[in-house]
Order: sequence, then C-alpha cells, then structure tokens
Amino acid sequence: MQPIVSVQTLNKTYAGGFQALKDVSLDIRKGEIFALLGPNGAGKTTLISIICGIVNPTSGTVTADGHDVVRDYRAARQKIGLVPQELHTDAFESVWDTVKFSRGLFGRPPDPAHLEKVLRQLSLWDKRADKIMTLSGGMKRRVMIAKALSHEPTILFLDEPTAGVDVELRQDMWEMVRGLREAGVTIILTTHYIEEAEEMADRIGVISRGELIVVEEKAVLMRKLGKKQLTLMLQEPLGAIPAGLSGEPLELSDDGQSLTYTFDAQADETGIAPLLKRLGEHGVDFKDLRTEESSLEDIFVSLVRGGRA
Amino acid sequence: MNVHAIKAIYRFEMARTFRTLMQSIASPVLSTSLYFIVFGAAIGSRMVAIDGVSYGAFIIPGLIMLSLLTESISNASFGIYMPKWAGTIYELLSAPVSWLETVLGYVGAAATKSIILGVIILITARLFVDYSIAHPLVMIGFLFLTAVTFSLFGFVIGVWADSFEKLQIIPMMVVMPLTFLGGSFYSIDMLPDPWDKIALFNPVVYLVSGFRWSFYGISDVGVGISFAATLGFMLACLAIIWTIFRTGWKLKT
Repeated sequence: MQPIVSVQTLNKTYAGGFQALKDVSLDIRKGEIFALLGPNGAGKTTLISIICGIVNPTSGTVTADGHDVVRDYRAARQKIGLVPQELHTDAFESVWDTVKFSRGLFGRPPDPAHLEKVLRQLSLWDKRADKIMTLSGGMKRRVMIAKALSHEPTILFLDEPTAGVDVELRQDMWEMVRGLREAGVTIILTTHYIEEAEEMADRIGVISRGELIVVEEKAVLMRKLGKKQLTLMLQEPLGAIPAGLSGEPLELSDDGQSLTYTFDAQADETGIAPLLKRLGEHGVDFKDLRTEESSLEDIFVSLVRGGRA
Repeated sequence: MNVHAIKAIYRFEMARTFRTLMQSIASPVLSTSLYFIVFGAAIGSRMVAIDGVSYGAFIIPGLIMLSLLTESISNASFGIYMPKWAGTIYELLSAPVSWLETVLGYVGAAATKSIILGVIILITARLFVDYSIAHPLVMIGFLFLTAVTFSLFGFVIGVWADSFEKLQIIPMMVVMPLTFLGGSFYSIDMLPDPWDKIALFNPVVYLVSGFRWSFYGISDVGVGISFAATLGFMLACLAIIWTIFRTGWKLKT
C-alpha cells in the first residue's frame, strides 16, 4: 500500500551550519497513529515543519498522499493539518472567526455545520464568541486543534500536543485522536512523553541528533521493551560462566559475584525454572536474587544515547 | 486559484481595521485635517496661487498622497509582520496558498483601507478648501495604483522587519521625508537650481505630480512619466515579493 506520507533521504542544515536532519527516510501508513519520539532538539519539529512546508529542506523529498510537498504543494497541503508545539494564536480574534479563517485559508468553502461539530468535540462551542486572549492555555491548545481540523485534513500532525496541558485535556485529546483515527485520519504525533506514545501509537519512531534510529511497530517494540533481567547474587564468586551454561543468555559481572539472565517477560516460557535447575547441577549456588524490568524510559534513553536497551 | 484563501486573508485584515477604527481611519483623517486647517485655510490664504491654483487647493493632492503612502506601507507591513511576530505565520506557510494569493489577500486589504482613507480625506478637504478634479478617472487610477504599489512596498518591509523598530524605520526615516520633499507643499519649479534637478531623483515627485495633474491639469513632470515610474516601482515590488516566497527569505528557515 502506498504510504500516506513518504520521506526520502531528507537532510536539513540550517544557515548557522547546524545539521538538524541527516538522511531521514520514513514511510507513514494510511490510517495509523505514528509517534515520533526524541529528546528536545532531536529534529522532530524540523521534520514536521519540512513536511508541512514551514521549513525548506536542504535535500531529499517528501510526498503527502502522493503529492510532492514542494513541487505540488497545493495538493499536498490541502491534506495536512498541523497543531504546532507553541501556542500561536491571534489574540484579538474570536474562536469562531479564527477557525473560520483557517478553513478558508486551506481553500475550503464555508461550512458552519462542520465548524460547529469540531468546536463541540473540543468543548469550545460555548466559547465561540470569546476572544482568544481571554482563554486559558488549555483552551488555546484546543483552539489550535480546532483550527487544524477546520479544513478536514486526512493527515494530522500534532507537535507535542500535550506539552503543558492538564490531565483532563490530555485524556480528552487522546480520546479525540482515537476518534479521528477511526474516521480515517492518519495521525503523526511528536512527544517526549513515552507513555503517551505507548498509549496512542500503532508505530513508534525514535529520532536522535537528526537521525531516525528506530522505526518499529509498537507491539514489536514493546516486546523489546518487555525484556527483563534476573540477577543472582552468588554464594561464591565465579571466574567464568561454566561451559555447560554457555548457551544461556547469561552475563557474569566483572567481580564474578553476580550472574545476570536476560529473558522475554512476555514469552510463554521465561526459562527461569530450567535455568535455576541447571545452575544447581553445575554447583552454582546463590544467596539472593532480584528481577529488573527496563522501563520505556530506560530503553528510550539507551537508544538515544546510541547504546542498546 | 485559492479564492477562499484570498477572501479569508482579506476579511481577516479588514476585520482588524474595523476593530481599530480610531487608529486606522480617524487618526490619519484628523492629522490631515490639521494640515488643511494650518496650511490650507490659515497660511494658505496669505500665499499666492501656484499656476493659477490657490495654495489650499494646490496641497490637496500632495496631502492625500502623503496619507496614501504612509498608510499603505503601514497597513501592509503591519499585516504581514504581525503573524511573524505572533508566530501565526506557520498557518499561512503551511496552507495551500501561492505567493500571489497571499499578496492579493494582504495587499488587497491594505490598499482597500488606504483608498477608503484617501476618499475620506478628499471629502474632508472639501470642508476647508474649494477644489476641482479635472480628470476624475486618472485621479482614481493614480489613487488605486499608488495604494497598491505602496502596499506592496509595505509588504516587503513587513517581511524584512524583525522588530517593531524596523517596521517604522523606512516609513518614518525614508518615506516621510521623501514625501515632504516630493512637492506635496510646493511645485518643484519653485526650487532653486540645482535642487529642482535633484528633486527629480525623488520617486514621490512623480506620484504627487501625476496625482496633481489629475486635479488641476498642472504637473512638474509629464503624467505619462509619473504613471510609468509608479508602474515600474509596482513591478519591482512584485518581483521582490515573488523572490521572497520562492526563496523563503525571512519567512522560512
């Protein structure tokens, strides 16, 4: 199936020489929720900004629904809605006027019924006549989402949508995103809240220092993240792992005092019971044990630092 | 052509004008009225007629031009600078809108405001001074051409400016002096040599001269030259704006 968004060997070097994106290639599938994770300054916003036409690429190509975002920008941009990270709003405009403006700007004829539906979904209908400057931060965030949805995009970019919002709005937003996905909208969200990606995404991409280092189905990534470690504190230090246990995923600490066994927590068989039995057979006794699970955050940090989870 | 976008930008900008009527309309009308009272009615009554036109009537085209230039630049530069300043420019840049549609929206609104203002000033002037319009169609043509041209110029300034100070520098430090020295209050013929020759390097001379010709049939330079010079400047501004959008200069990183 043709990707709804296709990014090919995209590079971006800013005027000051900073290379924000390095040969990024990425295909977004139609109808999925794709979460782009990365620390601050990793290149998430630059990537989104290039796709949406706000930043010029240095090299590479991007298509949205088959349309090149530079050469065929008009067709490409009609498909795209963007909720930027910063709260950029027209302070003196009313909610209704600003949403109406956005719909017109994207070339759509007036449709008060659609705008009403969007505003009601976002609990903004009662605020439609209010000036944006009078709204709270959370409400302004909703207005920005309403603006992005005003022209009925089929691809929606949410750049850090829940940054600085309260729990209620975050829940509402997740609910809305699910609803949009059910309506066929492809959603690409950037976040550094890993739990948000875990909650929402079908696939996850991790970007660091301008490079896309992982793109994976969430379920697959979760299996990787599901790795657990069993650490056995030994009665007697070992000089080396016994030869009969060399096939096991065991790691001996430098001081020989502990053995670490890595296993898949979500597998039907963890292999712990047979391992303990075999350790006993090889005369390896232990005085204590503990299990640890790599958190999503551990894995993410490890990936970002260029290591392994 | 994204007509809905042009309408959206145009209405947005016009709505801003109507929200700020005092600043947009009342203030320039008041200041121009003061010019008419001081230079037209008070001092003008003691001045000799220029080329058979009373001084009060003589300065009307120049004063309208003065307002038209400053307001066109101000309206258009503010219109595009504000989204840059507030950050809402992201929406314009990510919208399926061409450079021409953007210009039609912003510059169209800025020029409309200036023309409305020019007409109000023209009507207001009647309260203080008697005047006639010898070539009304040419007058309307110059009014329209000047408003559009200097709104385009203002748009360029708005894109270039990255602070409110810069937004004011060109109108205050360049356009205003050029307008005052461009024959708004006198005929270029009244200047001693070589200033009458040097004045011809001032582009505003051509605007004021052409506009005045449409009122009284008198001019410092040929009306055809005035028209061509204004048209040339308009085309230059259009070329600059086209380049700005093609390269993303000051708009995109």
